[in-house]
Amino acid sequence: MAVDTETVKRIAFLARLKIEEDKIEETKKEFNDILEWVEQLNEVNTDNVEPLESVNEFHLALRDDVVSEGNQRDDVLCNAPDAEYGYFVVPKVVE
Amino acid sequence: MSELTKLTIAKAKEGLKKKEFSAVELTEAYIKEMENKRGLNAYVLETPEIALEQAKVSDKKYAAGTAGFLQGIPMGIKDLFCTKGIRTTACSHILDGFVPPYESTVTQKLLDAGISVLGKLNMDEFAMGGSNETSYYGPAVNPMKAKNSSENLVAGGSSGGSAAAVAAGMCAAATGTDTGGSIRQPSAFCGVTGIKPTYGRCSRYGIIAFASSLDQAGPIAKDVRDCALLLNSMCGYDAKDSTSAPVEVPDFEKFLTGDIRGLRIGVPAEFRPEGLNSEAAACWDNGMALLKEHGAEIVPISLPHTKYALAVYYIIAPAEASSNLARYDGIRYGLRVPGKHLDDLYINTRSEGFGNEVKRRVMIGTYVLSAGYYDAYYLKAQKVRRLIHNDFEEAFKKCDVILTPTSPTDAFPIGDKSMRENPINMWLNDVFTVSVNLAGLPAISIPAGLSSRGLPLGLQFIGRAFDEGTILKAAHVLEKDINFAGK
Amino acid sequence: MTDFIIETPKGKWEIVCGLEIHCQIISESKIYSGASTEFGADPNEHVSFVDAGMPGMLPTLNKACVHQAVKTGIGLRAKINKYSNFARKNYFYADLPQGYQITQFKYPIVGEGEVLIDLPDGSVKSIGIERMHIEQDAGKSIHDIDPKKSFIDLNRAGVGLMEIVTKPDFRAPEEAGAFLKKLRSILRYLGTCDGNMDEGSMRCDVNVSVRPYGSDELRTRCEMKNVNSIKFVMQAIENEARRHVGVYENGGEVVQETRQFDPSTGQTKVMRKKEFAHDYRYFPEPDLAPLVLSDDYLEQVRKEIPELPDEKKERFVSKLGLTPYDAIVICENKETADFFEKAAKGHDAKKVANWLMGDFFAMLNEKKLDLKDSPVSAENLGKLVELVSQNVINGKTAKDVFALMAETGESPEKIVEEKGLRQVTDSSAIEKVIDEVLTSFPENVAAYKGGKQGLFGWFVGQVMKASKGKANPGIVNKLLREKLG
Ligand SMILES: [Mg+2]
Ligand SMILES: [Zn+2]
Repeated sequence: MAVDTETVKRIAFLARLKIEEDKIEETKKEFNDILEWVEQLNEVNTDNVEPLESVNEFHLALRDDVVSEGNQRDDVLCNAPDAEYGYFVVPKVVE
Repeated sequence: MSELTKLTIAKAKEGLKKKEFSAVELTEAYIKEMENKRGLNAYVLETPEIALEQAKVSDKKYAAGTAGFLQGIPMGIKDLFCTKGIRTTACSHILDGFVPPYESTVTQKLLDAGISVLGKLNMDEFAMGGSNETSYYGPAVNPMKAKNSSENLVAGGSSGGSAAAVAAGMCAAATGTDTGGSIRQPSAFCGVTGIKPTYGRCSRYGIIAFASSLDQAGPIAKDVRDCALLLNSMCGYDAKDSTSAPVEVPDFEKFLTGDIRGLRIGVPAEFRPEGLNSEAAACWDNGMALLKEHGAEIVPISLPHTKYALAVYYIIAPAEASSNLARYDGIRYGLRVPGKHLDDLYINTRSEGFGNEVKRRVMIGTYVLSAGYYDAYYLKAQKVRRLIHNDFEEAFKKCDVILTPTSPTDAFPIGDKSMRENPINMWLNDVFTVSVNLAGLPAISIPAGLSSRGLPLGLQFIGRAFDEGTILKAAHVLEKDINFAGK
Repeated sequence: MTDFIIETPKGKWEIVCGLEIHCQIISESKIYSGASTEFGADPNEHVSFVDAGMPGMLPTLNKACVHQAVKTGIGLRAKINKYSNFARKNYFYADLPQGYQITQFKYPIVGEGEVLIDLPDGSVKSIGIERMHIEQDAGKSIHDIDPKKSFIDLNRAGVGLMEIVTKPDFRAPEEAGAFLKKLRSILRYLGTCDGNMDEGSMRCDVNVSVRPYGSDELRTRCEMKNVNSIKFVMQAIENEARRHVGVYENGGEVVQETRQFDPSTGQTKVMRKKEFAHDYRYFPEPDLAPLVLSDDYLEQVRKEIPELPDEKKERFVSKLGLTPYDAIVICENKETADFFEKAAKGHDAKKVANWLMGDFFAMLNEKKLDLKDSPVSAENLGKLVELVSQNVINGKTAKDVFALMAETGESPEKIVEEKGLRQVTDSSAIEKVIDEVLTSFPENVAAYKGGKQGLFGWFVGQVMKASKGKANPGIVNKLLREKLG
């Protein structure tokens, strides 16, 4: 499955990354080289093979419903590039 | 190197207990070494004041007879571990100035055991890389040099700073993390010992995530015994990490009996592909011969899907990473590059904040998960992952541990052209290590010989899930036999 | 069955509609962190490092959220999946700190089920439930503090949600309305969600398409996000359907898109075209192992399920003799149903229902009171009905007694005794009053006897008035007839 320029741009946007116009060809080639390389997996017959999502064989442990965190606004906000009145601040969000 | 910085943790503990030297003296010796060897770029942040304060506390505890298990041992911490009040960046520009208001579980356990924190260690950005060259702070330099050469070599990666610092005596031991070989490969390159425990042994809480289903913390240290001691403190169930294993942690040091009679050592045919570096092969053969002399049995085994492990890894790890790294958006911490609209802010921040290798993997990961491609790439990779996992299960019916080279080559020069030109060449360094992460198994790398260039070569023992004890035991026997000139 | 046909000079159309409802789970702490779910705190006070998407933070699943979801699944008569798992839904948004929502995708905790809705004509229709999964809520962006900036509050980020997806079974706006009422009722009975749409604890996305009446084709649908009242949902369905009909009848094609319902105009407008649709890149959440529920656990939860509105309604009709309509109204709200049962205990249930739905609700309405604040207790309402049944007071007096009960909160017995309202059933006493009335109005007696039968009621009235309303109306009637011949 070769990737075209439009796809590279779409993927970059989905990942919120900018690819300079003069880098698109290069990126596309590298992308296609990598995809071609991983497509060696098509040699493997995986009929009736269950995907392995996690090697973890333990059932999910559940947490008791108790309030154990919070009331730490200063710690939550202390690394923020912009915060005001107890909020994180971003440029105006428009739908 | 001062005499004190040559001591293993086991020896240092003895000395401290006997008051042969103080924790402050020990810490000062390492701080001096850090200053002397700044050129290695092993640390991205030095915290000598903190280390000395902690050492003072340690001395008081020794005096009071309340010393912890690792009281007074000076350690370096990979910059992927969040350390409360100490800048943590994953060596990425995008986490500029981030100071976590919390401590990772693993470092907390080490602090509770009494260590001193010398600083934060260099690494590949977000642990993505095999040479430490993707670090925003520049590569860590391998303390080893090839014979008759002054060329700077890579320390390996991603835990390059950790391995270099341990090898250079800039810390008694270091934490590392291993997603596809990031503890074992740099350990091999720098001639030190590193173990990646079973997935779930160490809590991932507070460790900046790269690929959640593969990431595992572990120690890099001067020898096998030190690794065992460190594991004793680092491992254990943590309710804050739902993937941490609710299993008991044994005293790993007890496994170091020196007795491996009857131990079945599996040697996978597939790890000797055509064109395997002959020195790596020779080192491997030598290891087998020595183990046999100690009464172990060498068993040929097959791991037929191993050759697909890299391709599986380079789908699954980027996919998880693309999602894990979505939180670096310039809103709540780290770098923000302004933009008129929110999307501009995201794009500007992420494009400037991430390095090329990270962007490459985020793009690949985004693609393999995107509509229409999921089944062909991600799902396919998960299925092959199952087959790789099953291969190991089959193999472990025939053997107790598996022995392989850690890395196909010795350390290469910083800025190596072929690695730079094609990312896949760089990725091939992980060929012997990644399948272990995909299967979630424990594996240790020990220095096992020198290449003709006089550089360390590593051998890797792979164990059954939660059977770190047996690989520690086997590695301990081999370690004693190998006259490793790097030490 | 509701026939809702959009008829134009060009043809007849029917609606095909499905709903997706996000219901906030009632729990103390958030679904993946230990921060409080409490409302109304200062911004970012109920935020853990997990909720803020800080580096290295990991989710842990709240036991109570699972429990609430299983209860809700049982209430939806749905299959509970013993194996379910979590998935990440990836998208960038200011109030989504991790850059992904932890939700369930391929393996939701609840599978297919059904909700029975009661339609105005007295019929019952089954609406299919496709699935229900659990996930986290997002934070809140505040846009009106500064013209150039948005402010992010993460207090709500990570609060547990149940997302219920129906099958496209709605053929009329009223059906959707009835469904939401029924769903809300079930959730409140179970105590798993407070169901307040105006506060956003229940939020509805509406999918609408139309097709020629009687056909079974499926045409392009549009989705309207977050319509926040039952009335608006019904309006949105109707107006969006009419818009589709207009498009088709003018030779156009409906475009698949996300639209927004504007309550001020009642119309929908486009929010997001399909080409800007998200690509959510769902994949299994590697930070959470699959969720596995045991048979024992499910059995135990089943035992905790209270009688739900359908069963209650059924019992009220078959055992207590209520009309289906009364039973539906009384059972919609668990508090009402409980109040009713308490009031009806040992008394004539049908009469208690009449009182409840008549004077009692009117009184609450007038006083703008909630049931729980009613001055008339359930016991006292029951006693009042009993006093009438026992002929201690008559119906007319009962209304006066009720008014006094509402005013004072006193028991009906006390009011009857204190005010001397006990009705007179002594025939000789009533006879005496009748004689007095007949003596006072000889012209009318003559007129009646002369054939003006219509005056009978007037005589009854006079007697009742003379007895201050306390005479037993049955005895008054009987004696009057005898006396007037
Ligand atoms: Mg939905
Ligand atoms: Zn949802």
